[in-house]
Amino acid sequence: MPTIVVDVMPKAELLDPQGKAVAGALQRLGHAGFGDVRIGKRFELTVDTADEQTLAAVRTIAEEILSNSVIEDVVGIEVVE
Amino acid sequence: MTVRVGVITFPGSLDDGDARRAVRLAGAEPVALWHGSHDLEGVDALVLPGGFSYGDYLRAGAIAALAPIMSEVKDAAAKGMPILGICNGFQMLVEAHLLPGGLIRNAHQQFIRRDQRLVVENADTAWTSEFRRGQEIVIPLKNADGGYIASDETLARIQGENLVAFRYAGVNPNGSMDDIAGLTNEHGNVVGLMPHPEHAIEPGFGPDTAVAMRSGVDGLSFFTAAVSAVVHSAA
Repeated sequence: MPTIVVDVMPKAELLDPQGKAVAGALQRLGHAGFGDVRIGKRFELTVDTADEQTLAAVRTIAEEILSNSVIEDVVGIEVVE
Repeated sequence: MTVRVGVITFPGSLDDGDARRAVRLAGAEPVALWHGSHDLEGVDALVLPGGFSYGDYLRAGAIAALAPIMSEVKDAAAKGMPILGICNGFQMLVEAHLLPGGLIRNAHQQFIRRDQRLVVENADTAWTSEFRRGQEIVIPLKNADGGYIASDETLARIQGENLVAFRYAGVNPNGSMDDIAGLTNEHGNVVGLMPHPEHAIEPGFGPDTAVAMRSGVDGLSFFTAAVSAVVHSAA
């Protein structure tokens, strides 16, 4: 069955406390050369067919349920066979 | 008249029992409601209680905001019913777009529990009418996702329309923009806040105050205010 992958990230202009904590840990461990770390979410939706209609439905689901546009952006929707 | 206040239980609600108790101490009849139903059982006001509905999966309050009963909650909100969202309930109200903005993980990444000083910024809502604008109250705060955020445009609207109900006083415990602890909608019937008024209703079991340990009962006024609002609107 085809899988549709949806990627959601916290909005760039907003503080990402999780990412900040990881960035702090990297620095403590001596990994030089890394700046910000930002943590997002990846959703994998298996579908019967990845046709245009299904993709349109996924776009709506991604905007209205999987993400909250106040705090997050949908940064990618792609079909993975 | 006996005012009936519904408290909706979601999977993972924790403070529904305390909220029902607060309703009873405020002189009203608590009505236990279930998230999976479409029936508000004719209640006069509603409380969305604190807890960790659906384990905070997806986003805090996000899945609960899509629960069956939430369509009735939205209708009731539009008709002016007093609705209070406490902590996880506040998160549900923003996820359901009944209040503006969003809530994210506390800036310091940790769960916090403290007796929190708040300043009442709007005393003209169904839940705050027993306070004065500028009054300081103490309400327990306990959450992981309490950081209030909104776009600059939304923040300007919140300011302009006087939608901030409460601000954190003394210290901003979670990185909330503009020290926002709670909001109201334009009509003043829907109010949400991160601190827990239902934990400050009875001497001996409330937050510490300058007067005595565990003596804080500022939370009771939220519930008595809503009861008065219902009685006045019925009169």
